Amino acid sequence: MHNKSVAELSRELESGRISSVELTQQFLDRLKTEDGKYNSFITISEEQALAEARAADEMRAAGKATVWTGVPFAHKDIFCTSGIRTSCGSKMLDNFVPPYDATVTANFKAAGAVCLGKTNMDEFAMGSSNESSFYGAVTNPWGLSGGDKRVPGGSSGGSAAAVAARLVPAATGTDTGGSIRQPAALCGITGLKPTYGRVSRYGMIAFASSLDQGGPMARTAEDAALMLNVMAGHDPKDSTCIDREVPDYTATLNEPLKGLKIGLPKEYFSDQLAPAMEEQVRNAIREYEKLGATVKEVSLPNAKLAIAAYYVIAPAEASANLSRFDGVRYGYRCEDPKDLMDMYTRSRAEGFGNEVKRRILVGSYALSAGYFDAYYLKAQKVRRLIQQDFINAFREVDVLMSPVSPTPAFKQGEKNTDPVSMYLEDVFTIAINLAGIPAMSVPAGFVDGLPVGLQIIGDYFSEARLLNAAHQFQQVTDWHQREPQ
Amino acid sequence: MSISREDIEKVAVLARIKVDGEQVSALEKDLGNILDLVDQLSAADTDSVEPMAHPLDAVQKLRPDVVTETNQREAFQAIAPATEDGLYLVPRVIE
Repeated sequence: MHNKSVAELSRELESGRISSVELTQQFLDRLKTEDGKYNSFITISEEQALAEARAADEMRAAGKATVWTGVPFAHKDIFCTSGIRTSCGSKMLDNFVPPYDATVTANFKAAGAVCLGKTNMDEFAMGSSNESSFYGAVTNPWGLSGGDKRVPGGSSGGSAAAVAARLVPAATGTDTGGSIRQPAALCGITGLKPTYGRVSRYGMIAFASSLDQGGPMARTAEDAALMLNVMAGHDPKDSTCIDREVPDYTATLNEPLKGLKIGLPKEYFSDQLAPAMEEQVRNAIREYEKLGATVKEVSLPNAKLAIAAYYVIAPAEASANLSRFDGVRYGYRCEDPKDLMDMYTRSRAEGFGNEVKRRILVGSYALSAGYFDAYYLKAQKVRRLIQQDFINAFREVDVLMSPVSPTPAFKQGEKNTDPVSMYLEDVFTIAINLAGIPAMSVPAGFVDGLPVGLQIIGDYFSEARLLNAAHQFQQVTDWHQREPQ
Repeated sequence: MSISREDIEKVAVLARIKVDGEQVSALEKDLGNILDLVDQLSAADTDSVEPMAHPLDAVQKLRPDVVTETNQREAFQAIAPATEDGLYLVPRVIE
């Protein structure tokens, strides 16, 4: 059962060949025996999962089942889950059991899905290797046979590794600068960052509020579509969430791609990209040509400024968002504070890890008196230039295609001592968040036995078209079905 | 662009994060490198460009000014480090 997709598991449940309780127990048993190799979960919520499975079986018996009813999945540990510890990968929230559900959590519950637990992640979603988690690094299921432990990417590295290792068929992720797409690429699964405002951020612990967006991580585009059907939609509890009709993302998966106009941003096929990676990406694009698409080169002249703009905007917003962790209302409080200031400064010094502290300090600096215009305002202006590049490109083409990451999965410990070299890992993904447009990572080949992702970038609210393009590719390729050995 | 030890100490106070001497040295290097990266922005010509706060230039939605939330003080305070009589406890501020 563990090799089946969400769509296939849903059909198994519907046929009555297996109950949700049986299915959930099988997945839990496998998760408990297998995850020692990957550390992809922070919390396994066995008791709640079995209760949800029993409720799902009753829901089905009452004739009220949805596609998701009884299907197991997992949440990145950034989505608040009522009664289940939500740590955001941090010591700061090691003891935090939310009294409420995120909207995304509530949506999956309403559909009858069964949450097996919470997946590991970089602390407060800050990282590209899942090495900054308080709960330890996650190991990529790929590359283990070579004797090296490799990173799964980050920050949604636990979700990506769990899906790749067949511990769950699907998991939620969040993407602020590439945190769904890059781990999806490095673990050989399918991930989608939706348009900013498509999925509610309510109850999704905030990192950079103008960039954060939740989205699906699964093995197939079809399963990602099934997830987005549940995740997307307006939410009065998130004032930045867009009030716009949600299509059935599965309805258009089988549209033919004949005539699809693909743009290749020349800046994304630069010397930063390893040649072996480029070959795989170009092979994938040739498959699209066989499916009837046409290809032309386009330019995103300001894309080179994306990392610089991001490392002002994201830390600035993080410094404001993370000011709420003060040891007063929830989360970590230091022992024996001698006064209020000591309580704040030590709780935060002891509760946050190094990367989080670095970003809070950079952000506080960029927002401090005398620097606001030079940093934050300047970065927001550059952000508009970057957005304009994409708007111009989408006047000529339907989608853009590029690599997701400059290299395949690197070894644990290889980049985590130099923050800037880690930041460059997101060179092809960050501009998309700044523009607020949607993009996917789709398995597109291997280099040295490690997965390579193809990035498909679309205009605002073109998630259906991206999923269609990914699904059609997956009908003629089998990269997404390869299993780590 | 470099950042001085004094700047780091000042910003650590603003950010309410305690840092010791050794950490300041490490931060001097790391934050200096990050600010070097960010410095590429100064080369961009943004004279007539409006800053972008929301990708779709959406504005805050208003709702009727009526109570919609119920009081959940007990649920919220159950997860607090220290409370008494429905209040959050912190170290004494006024002697």
